[in-house]
Amino acid sequence: MAKGDTAPARTRTTRRAKPAPAPEFVQLLTPEGERVDHPSYTVDFTDEDYRGLYRDLVTVRRLDAEATALQRQGELGIWASLLGQEAAQVGSGRALQPQDMVFPTYREHGVLYCRGIDPIMPLSLFRGVDQGAWDPNEFKFNMYTIVIGAQTLHATGYAMGVAKDGKVGGPDGEAVVAYFGDGATSQGDVNEAFVWSSVFNAPIVFFCQNNQYAISEPLERQTRVPLFQRAAGFGFPGIRVDGNDVLAVYAVTRDALDNARQGQGPTLIEAYTYRMGAHTTSDDPTRYRIASEVEAWQAKDPVKRVRAFLEKQKLADDAFFDEVDEAARVQAVHLRERVLDMPNPDPRTLFDHVYSEGSPLLDEEREQFSAYLASFEGSAH
Amino acid sequence: MTETLTLGKALNVGLRRSLEADDKVLIMGEDVGKLGGVFRITDGLQKDFGEDRVIDTPLAESGIIGTAVGLAIRGYRPVCEIQFDGFVYPAYDQIVSQVAKMTYRSRGKVKMPIVIRIPFGGGIGAVEHHSESPEAYFAHTAGLKVVSCSNPNDAYWMIQQAVASDDPIVFLEPKRRYWEKGEVDTDATAPSFPLHSARVVRPGTDCTVVAYGPMVRTALDAATAVDGERSLEVIDLRSLSPLDLGPVYESVRRTGRLIVVHEAPSNLGMGAEVAARVTEHCFYSLEAPVLRVTGFNTPYPAARVEEEYLPDLDRVLDGVDRTFGW
Ligand SMILES: Cc1ncc(C[n+]2csc(CCOP(=O)(O)OP(=O)(O)O)c2C)c(N)n1
Repeated sequence: MAKGDTAPARTRTTRRAKPAPAPEFVQLLTPEGERVDHPSYTVDFTDEDYRGLYRDLVTVRRLDAEATALQRQGELGIWASLLGQEAAQVGSGRALQPQDMVFPTYREHGVLYCRGIDPIMPLSLFRGVDQGAWDPNEFKFNMYTIVIGAQTLHATGYAMGVAKDGKVGGPDGEAVVAYFGDGATSQGDVNEAFVWSSVFNAPIVFFCQNNQYAISEPLERQTRVPLFQRAAGFGFPGIRVDGNDVLAVYAVTRDALDNARQGQGPTLIEAYTYRMGAHTTSDDPTRYRIASEVEAWQAKDPVKRVRAFLEKQKLADDAFFDEVDEAARVQAVHLRERVLDMPNPDPRTLFDHVYSEGSPLLDEEREQFSAYLASFEGSAH
Repeated sequence: MTETLTLGKALNVGLRRSLEADDKVLIMGEDVGKLGGVFRITDGLQKDFGEDRVIDTPLAESGIIGTAVGLAIRGYRPVCEIQFDGFVYPAYDQIVSQVAKMTYRSRGKVKMPIVIRIPFGGGIGAVEHHSESPEAYFAHTAGLKVVSCSNPNDAYWMIQQAVASDDPIVFLEPKRRYWEKGEVDTDATAPSFPLHSARVVRPGTDCTVVAYGPMVRTALDAATAVDGERSLEVIDLRSLSPLDLGPVYESVRRTGRLIVVHEAPSNLGMGAEVAARVTEHCFYSLEAPVLRVTGFNTPYPAARVEEEYLPDLDRVLDGVDRTFGW
């Protein structure tokens, strides 16, 4: 610094981020339901496809609302709602090929639905009857991961395995998608996943749903640059998409998955969206964000804009919309009934599957515990 | 004057005192600022002490502890919150390889006055990673101190003592007891007990029950349940590393029987250490082997079976029956 220059005055050690400029992102459908063009991305959907996407959006929102209600009534221990993130999940979920593999967080109920998986599957975890015990390979959908960021490394390793198996570059190519949030981008694991996938050219798509918050912490606590720009430093493309635009999310994700399948390595997608509800049912967002912010995002609702589009294009009438709502309601009722029917586990099963082959210590504990439980039988306990 | 406070509020007031007492004290962690932490233990502190002292950190536990090390070298006294027990492991490397060893390898030239607060234990119906008891991992590591409070008055004083300590301390908070109320002597200028001391919390004559953190309440309930039939002496360890076993030896020499209760699995846990040492020191006083009533040697299970997994009143009394049946 030349003599006479004055250093910029700093009044605090925690640097405040500038107010975020309006983000630039890939958009194909405006909040008003106008179809707009993008130089690099498009979709070639039939009328039926558009209606199908609308049905998906409405259904995953309705099922999610049912789960929230079940939690309120004490039937689930907790629920992580996807409200506001339907387009990010349906758009990316529908872009997947059957052979592709998904590594979700704890919020990807919409992606799960689009994979054709029964939405009851993750509810056992939230009810507390098990820990979400499904076979990832059967469903091409890994178990939910609660430890922030851990699954991005798992996804990278899986993708490395795909490449080793020669399932990249050919017509039967497989791709892997790792979901995570904006908060997760601070974790070492996520940054290591970026390094590994880049170095090994893994067939993976990193799908970050930037819903603007990690519980109470706004995006500025995690980053000074737009998240998608981080990819450049790791040596692969990053792109930001309007996460509330199901068409754009679909187009961008499909493209990134195709690239991965063809051996072009990883892509980071930042789906710019907003968590309309609480972080989970345990959270109270009024403590850290203002109502006007939520209202501003309400105008960008991912479901309403598809409906507006369908109406404007005369692709659907009231009878269709009513039928979609009714079908979603029926699914929600069915979901509720099956949640209430979930049996509590037998406590003796506690000791199962700690190891593939059991252990003498656990055998002893199980036996003692069974005798202990039996000692109460017949008593009023 | 004493005030009736919940354990959570007592910690909050204790942290406030620590921030007032020394402007090098910092609070850092996920959601500790505006939200006041997911359990509200730091509620209002950012508002009153500013964003420079009560810091919402990026979502990275290794970063929280790793930067605390640097801040400590620079002369600060970071109090780090790990949101839940199961999320401390991304920071485990920094804690056991760096925090624990700095003083030793600098031959005392570097101090690590870092407190790592962890809400721990089960019983709140949570999903996985939110109910674990990782104390043995830390107590096993030389260079770390480990304490756990069990009631509001201890919470209030122990947190201040931990912040004032020049050694790194893993401070385990019994999350399911956050809402339990008790009298706290907020007017006193000094605590009545040193930080690393065990305390007899209920005198008795027939059998000693040792517990810490969330299980102290359970042990006390068991003592009440058999009152008149059998007299249980309950000892709150309070400090898991270093252990203060003098009061335990003294008690066992009178009662001849000992049961150690904790939520963590028994295998290589705190109970094993206490049992070994009591056997060495009180062998001729023991009427029965030292028994452990603990969580099972499985991962923490799904919420709907956690009641079976966790030691409760009946399991403690079953242990009492077994020691008398010897
Ligand atoms: C390693 C780890 N640390 C802390 C937590 C507690 N926690 C759960 S969700 C969350 C915020 C996650 O934010 P983000 O990654 O943006 O995802 P979002 O929940 O907003 O979808 C935190 C801190 C955790 N689950 N794992």
